[in-house]
This record gives sequence, C-alpha cells and structure tokens, in this order.
Amino acid sequence: MSITMSQTIDRPSTTDDPRTGDRATHTPGGHRGTPRLLTGSDVGLADHLATHGALFIPAGNDMGWSTQIWEAVSASGIRGRGGAGFPSALKWNAVRQGRRQPMVVVNAMEGEPASRKDRTLLAHAPHLMLDGAEVAAAVVGACEVVVCVAHDNPVAAASVERAVIERESSGLARFRISVLRPPGRYVSGEESALVAWLDHQRALPQLRLDKSVPLQVSRRPVVLHNAETLAQIALIARHGPEWFRRQGTPEAPGSTLVTVGGAVRSPGVFEVELGTPVIDILHGAGLDAELSGLLLGGYGGAWLHPSKVATPFSPGPLTEAGATLGVGIIIALPVGVCGLAETARIARYMAGESAGQCGPCVYGLPDLATDLERLSAGRADGQILDRIRNRAAAIEGRGACRHPDGVVRLVRSALAVFVDDAKAHANRRPCPGHAGHSLMTFPDTTEAASWAS
Amino acid sequence: MGVLSKRGRVALRLRVDPVACDAYGYCAEILPERVTLDEWGYPVVDGAPVEPHLMDLATRAAAECPRRALLLERVTVDA
Repeated sequence: MSITMSQTIDRPSTTDDPRTGDRATHTPGGHRGTPRLLTGSDVGLADHLATHGALFIPAGNDMGWSTQIWEAVSASGIRGRGGAGFPSALKWNAVRQGRRQPMVVVNAMEGEPASRKDRTLLAHAPHLMLDGAEVAAAVVGACEVVVCVAHDNPVAAASVERAVIERESSGLARFRISVLRPPGRYVSGEESALVAWLDHQRALPQLRLDKSVPLQVSRRPVVLHNAETLAQIALIARHGPEWFRRQGTPEAPGSTLVTVGGAVRSPGVFEVELGTPVIDILHGAGLDAELSGLLLGGYGGAWLHPSKVATPFSPGPLTEAGATLGVGIIIALPVGVCGLAETARIARYMAGESAGQCGPCVYGLPDLATDLERLSAGRADGQILDRIRNRAAAIEGRGACRHPDGVVRLVRSALAVFVDDAKAHANRRPCPGHAGHSLMTFPDTTEAASWAS
Repeated sequence: MGVLSKRGRVALRLRVDPVACDAYGYCAEILPERVTLDEWGYPVVDGAPVEPHLMDLATRAAAECPRRALLLERVTVDA
C-alpha cells in the first residue's frame, strides 16, 4: 500500500480567503489511491456537486433510508478521526431512541497545535463536511447542526459560514446549521468541554461517571463527530461501504488526513490510505534528514523509534509499536535536535493547557515538565528518571479528561525512544540540542482566549 | 461479598471526582486501608469492591468529604 498524494500547503497566515490561502496539489506518479477528501476542486457548492454529485437526504423521518445509511456506515468500519477512534455508527445508537430530538455537533476545534487537517478540510471541502453533518442529523432525527470552530481560527470558520450561506441560498440546506466559535484552548475541543460551552458553561472537561450516557445541550442528547469523520461519512452515504473499503486495511479502512511536519521539505496536510507505511508518508512530504525520532499523534501522542518507520499508519500497528495515530500527526525529528528537550517543551506547554480542575494534572504536569527540563539541560540528580516514571504512573488515569494521560504517554515514549540520551542526560551531560531550535510550534497562550469567551 | 442479584453480586467501589476534589485528605485519614494520598495530597483509590468489613468506614469517608468528591459507585461483580 502506498501513499495517496494529495497535499495542501498550509499557509494560514497569508490570507483570510481559503480559496487562495491553501493550495491543493495532487501529485500522482505511481501512487495507488485517489484522494477522496482533498480533491482540489471542492470549495464552492457548484464545484462540490460537480466533483461528488448530489446527495439524497430525506426531508422528514425516513426509517428505510436511516437504516440503510446506518448499515452502510457500520459496514464501512469507519472510526472517528478525532483521536479516540470510536466506531461512528455506534454513536448514533445512543441518541436515536431518546424522547428529545438530538443535536449534531461538528467538532472542528483542532486544539492540537501540530494539527492542520481539520482547518484544511474546512477550507477545501466545507460542503463535504456539511453533507456528512446533515446525513448524521437525518439519521438520528436531529433538529439542528452546530459546527464548532475555535475562536482563533477565523479562516476555517469563514469558509464554513460561506458554505452554509451558499446552501441556504440555493435551497439545499435541510437543517438549521450554525457556526459557533468556542475558545481555542487545547482541551476546549475535548467533547465534554465543548458540550459544556455549548450549554452556556465554561469550556472545561466534565467528569462523566457513565460514558454510555449521551452528553446533553439544553437537555437535548448530542451526537458529536470530528469534522473529517463527517466528510468521510458523506462519501460513504454516496458510494457505499465497499467503495470505502477499497482504500486502507481491513482493520482500518479508508483514507485519512495526516499533518506532516518537522524535517521535511513540504510540510502540510496529506491524504493517505490508512496502513500506508509511515516512511512512505515521510518520503511523500520530502523527508530530508536522518531521523532521531518521530512524534506521532500530536502533543498528547507518542514518540516512535526511527527503526520503526515502516510501521503502517493505522491505529493497531502504531499502538503495537508504542505510538498512536492520535489526530493524524507525524513530526520528523532530525538527528541533532534533542527529543528530550522537545518533550520538555511540549510537557511545559501541556501543563499550561491544563484546565486547572484536577489535582494530579494541575500539580503533576508542571512537576513532570520541570524534571524533563532539568534532564535535558544536564541538571539531573540521581533519582530523576525514576521520579519521572513514578510521577507518570501517579498521574495516569486520574483526570476527568484524558489530557494528563496524553502527556504521560508522550513522556514514557520519550524515555523509551531516547533512552540513550536520557541516560547520558541523567549523568548530567546536556546535549548540544537542548537549548537549540525547536521544531515544535506553540500557540501564544498569553493572549489566548479564556475558557468562557 | 455484597448482595446477590440476577446479574451477579452488587458491590460498591470507591471513586474520586477529580474535579470536585480539593485534597482535604480526610478520606485517607478515615479509610487508610483503601485510600492513599499522592505526593500532591490527592487521594488514590483502586477500582476493587470495598470489603464488607470496611463498608461503614467507606460510607463515613464519603459522607465527611467537604467537597463530596469521594463517591461510592455500584458495580456488579461476576457471580
């Protein structure tokens, strides 16, 4: 299996117009698979319909159609593209039988700083995402669709707003669709935090004692999907599960969006078949350095050892290799950049992004970050590696959300992948890379939105 | 241990609401057999059913938490 080369150069700051701000390029040349989401000609409604064809969605309650779509999505084997990988069709079961009409929430928050996939999708194919949202709304009998785009992401929000207006003016809108702008903090895209914000509370994760109970907004059950998941569902509704499974692997069918960064010549968002070897994706993005490690999944993800670059890019094999698919991120760390120093920077950022609710996260993450900073700067004491490992174990599983667990996973993988560096650093030898340049980017949190805005 | 039901034995286990918890630590004083404190003073519990002879203390620990953050959760243990 090889890479589906559809890349978009992500240049978010150059212009507010997604029609010109992002460029979709399709690079064929012996690669299997055709891009499905990033076709490069899907921005306006006319282009969208020309590319994908019209999509039938019944106006009223149509049990036959709903059952058919449910079965197609279920048989497609699609799992959510927002990080948790939950089977999408199962989400609909929990809200279909209730008394109150559900609400469909599109999660396009993309709080993971290294990810560009959702904003790229929204800029390039907003109608595909909206099609999927309407499919979900029709299947569960929802009354409305709410698209959540982070407050600090005006370009993607404008693209969706424009698409909604286009659908309304052409009489194609079947549901009331609104675009809302929750605060752009790391955890405000966590589903319970997002729903809390929609329900007029602060955008903080909630303790959920029973996760089988659907989240609610205004006492309506909520069905929440990642933006990319819905775009994929729009295609499954059109072409069926067999078509969907023509890409990917039996366990992880379909294509997916991946954000590639670090030591590559063409960083950006690519559409690849699930199961494509990580190294092929890197070569597709123009890998131009010897690797010391790969960050997979995001800042709450995990490091992958360079000896495992042939691992298929899909959830099972990546987890087996000690990494994670997360929200589809690969950052190539070249030899000469210190993986432990990068981990310390990420841990410090993640500590600052704690919602401040749970003690082990509030106090544990800064302590982890401090020890990682000491370690990479060669200011370690004899117990530092044990202390980091023990604290990681003490923090794990003790937050209301998975934010601290992501940091724990990242830190553990760093100590495993960069074990030689860790031992050298623990003997008080800093590496030349510790104060050097970083490949990680962090949002400016000094002016970041509050939890409530 | 616990009440026998159709699906198995119903028992109670401890759970901390980490959002509500403010590390008063009373739970670990009242029920040190099942609650320990981490280095930051926050309680650590495991998911095992509370033994019958500790139930009274567990109930008291939950009731005396100033933040009502120690929960006793019903679980069904395989019959």
